[in-house]
Amino acid sequence: MPLYHNEDQAMLADTARGFIAEEGNIAKQLRHWRDRNCKDGFGHGLWKQMAEMGFTGMLVDESDGGLGMGHVEAGIVLEEIGRNLTPSPFLTSSVLAATALKHGTDDLKGRYLPGLIAGDSVFAVAIDETAKHRPSRITTRAEKSGNGFKLSGAKSFVIHGGSADMIVVAARTSGSDEDADGITLFAVPKDASGMSHDVVRLVDSSMATHTKFDAVELDGDAVIGEIDGGRAVLDAMLLAGRVGAAAEGVGVARGAMDMTVDYLKQRKQFGKLIGEFQALQHRASHLYSEVEIARAATIKAQQLLDGGSAHADLMASVAKAKVAKTARLAVQEGVQMHGGIGMTDEYDLGLYMKRDRALAEFLGDAYFHANRVAELSGY
Amino acid sequence: MADLDTFRSETRSWLEANCPAEMREPVRDESDIYWGGRRATFKNDAQKAWLEACVAKGYTVPAWPKAYGGAGLSPAEAKVLREEMGRIGARPPLSSFGIWMLGPALLHFGTEGQKQRFLNEIARGEIRWCQGYSEPGSGSDLVSLQTFGEDKGDHWVVNGQKVWTSYADHADWIFCLVRTDKADKYQGITFMLFDMASEGVATKPILLISGNSPFCETFFDNVAVPKSYGDDCPAYVGQINRGWDVAKYLLGHEREMISGADGGDRTAGIGAAMKRHSAKLGDELDPVLRAELAMFDVDALAYTAMGEKFLDEIKVGKAHPAQPNMMKYAGTELNKRRHELMMAVGGSRSLEWDSEETEGGKPSRTWLRTKANSIEGGTSEVMLNVIAKRILDLPGA
Repeated sequence: MPLYHNEDQAMLADTARGFIAEEGNIAKQLRHWRDRNCKDGFGHGLWKQMAEMGFTGMLVDESDGGLGMGHVEAGIVLEEIGRNLTPSPFLTSSVLAATALKHGTDDLKGRYLPGLIAGDSVFAVAIDETAKHRPSRITTRAEKSGNGFKLSGAKSFVIHGGSADMIVVAARTSGSDEDADGITLFAVPKDASGMSHDVVRLVDSSMATHTKFDAVELDGDAVIGEIDGGRAVLDAMLLAGRVGAAAEGVGVARGAMDMTVDYLKQRKQFGKLIGEFQALQHRASHLYSEVEIARAATIKAQQLLDGGSAHADLMASVAKAKVAKTARLAVQEGVQMHGGIGMTDEYDLGLYMKRDRALAEFLGDAYFHANRVAELSGY
Repeated sequence: MADLDTFRSETRSWLEANCPAEMREPVRDESDIYWGGRRATFKNDAQKAWLEACVAKGYTVPAWPKAYGGAGLSPAEAKVLREEMGRIGARPPLSSFGIWMLGPALLHFGTEGQKQRFLNEIARGEIRWCQGYSEPGSGSDLVSLQTFGEDKGDHWVVNGQKVWTSYADHADWIFCLVRTDKADKYQGITFMLFDMASEGVATKPILLISGNSPFCETFFDNVAVPKSYGDDCPAYVGQINRGWDVAKYLLGHEREMISGADGGDRTAGIGAAMKRHSAKLGDELDPVLRAELAMFDVDALAYTAMGEKFLDEIKVGKAHPAQPNMMKYAGTELNKRRHELMMAVGGSRSLEWDSEETEGGKPSRTWLRTKANSIEGGTSEVMLNVIAKRILDLPGA
């Protein structure tokens, strides 16, 4: 498969670019909700519109009412979301939760997928337990209790946790904290008693929760996949989420880079456009080169994932790490090359810097994934 | 798709039948590479048999038309052939600047007569070419070159000096940028082809910091270059005084080649191999060095994807015409980093200059050689200039 978009994908990219630039732009969404101290941090109206565009259920199988598309297509939407810093539950709901639910029973799918596809429901995932992403260690426990389970523990960095209708929770049902086996994934409804959220606003104005589970009673049918065999579901979900986050990061990097290159063509100092200075030209050219490479790695990871390749996992970590490094470079160079105006709240560039920081942390930063590349490569 | 599958299985059996086992071993040193030419000798029978099989099949230049010694493969078929050769580790049967550089220029700008003659000679490995571009006073600012061809009616008399001429001392012919109009900087250069055995041509190898001499100084002292080699076969490519167009086109190919975009082990991650190497030396990777190797592998594997994307896009004309500059920049900087890390892993063993254990100082000599990667064929700084001007459209660039 060639490493560029085919005709259908190019058409989707055109549609997504136009729609998200129009409806999901910074003024209409990110600033609008931020400046109103919105408790959700995103607009439900846009989420509904995204459903009308067919985006929400793109990864859901056709037999389950979705579009049955792949991660290349989801990545196309995510890149535009990244470019416009559009706050939305797309990554947590349409990529992460949708991937987990592929492993769910028909009953679970019937309960949650229609709401996802219609843009009526929002989903979150609860994986991290400490301040760094470390899914190998899961201490939140679910004990057998009658026909169901009792869930106890705490999760952090649950994006959209406060506004989610259902949270996918990775919990331990057997074994010790570091064991690979003994994990089970649960679909925990928002009204489950014993669950409490400490809502926190993050640097990028997205809303996350520290969520506590105090003997939360769950029915047996809340289980996604196999009891004690949830690691496979969790890995599939993480893989999809990381590739998706990389695509969004490419959008963030490209957005910041485009703004910066434009600025170099407008701003004058010493009687010249600053883009005439070679010191800045070389930095912009280097940035362009890194962004192109990061994007290629991301599309490669998407294609490998869609093709079911055994190398998808390695390439996903390559892409996530490369994008994290590159988007970081893009926002840092962006602010520096803009000078003072890049430090102002009124100008959008700082918003890119904030978004990159949060997005890079989500599902593992560059250090986590570089280490993973080494481990998967055998050193 | 079915056709490609058929082609793949046919190619697989053809390679099985025709590629000798010795030609599936990794290239160990220069003598394992067959460059062709009037003075070439084969290292062994396998090298000869492999070349002859490929020449007969058109596989020394698989994507060139059959009429010019190629196999006329489509881009998709050529990719299949590359993959199948890669699968069994088959060496290229023939390497040459004729294949990589002059060939593409002739395919684009050449006359039918030039293609018939020169392309077929290149495809059969009969003539080894070298490239006469840089001069002592014209490196990054190549267009300022001074080597002059004085018009004598049916021939030119060429005087001047080239430098960094790769393997000029082994080459049969040269494709050479020669000033033919001193009044016009850009439209005063002719892309000439002539025999290195001509009277007045002299070469002198340059000893590099690696201890090797892959490059020469090349001197032209009243060299008579005929304007034509027969019917429809001029001694210049393109038009007289418009050689810069050809040179620019070719630089794209050269940058692509140096970038390592077409894969091979240059573009793969190295961490696992470095861990094994370290263990062999009785050491283990320092945690900080391991971390740097991991960060390097991220960049290297991402660049491999970029190389694949770049080649896919070139095939369908989707790549930005200045994209080879980006590939060259990123690929050569990466390669320098790779060898810095390899030297660090090798420790004091990698410092040895001519020991048997290091196959004659291969680690240190290769490490030193890579420092030229970001200079030859256009420096990294020139690449960044070109990206700024042609891709980012920055002012005054």
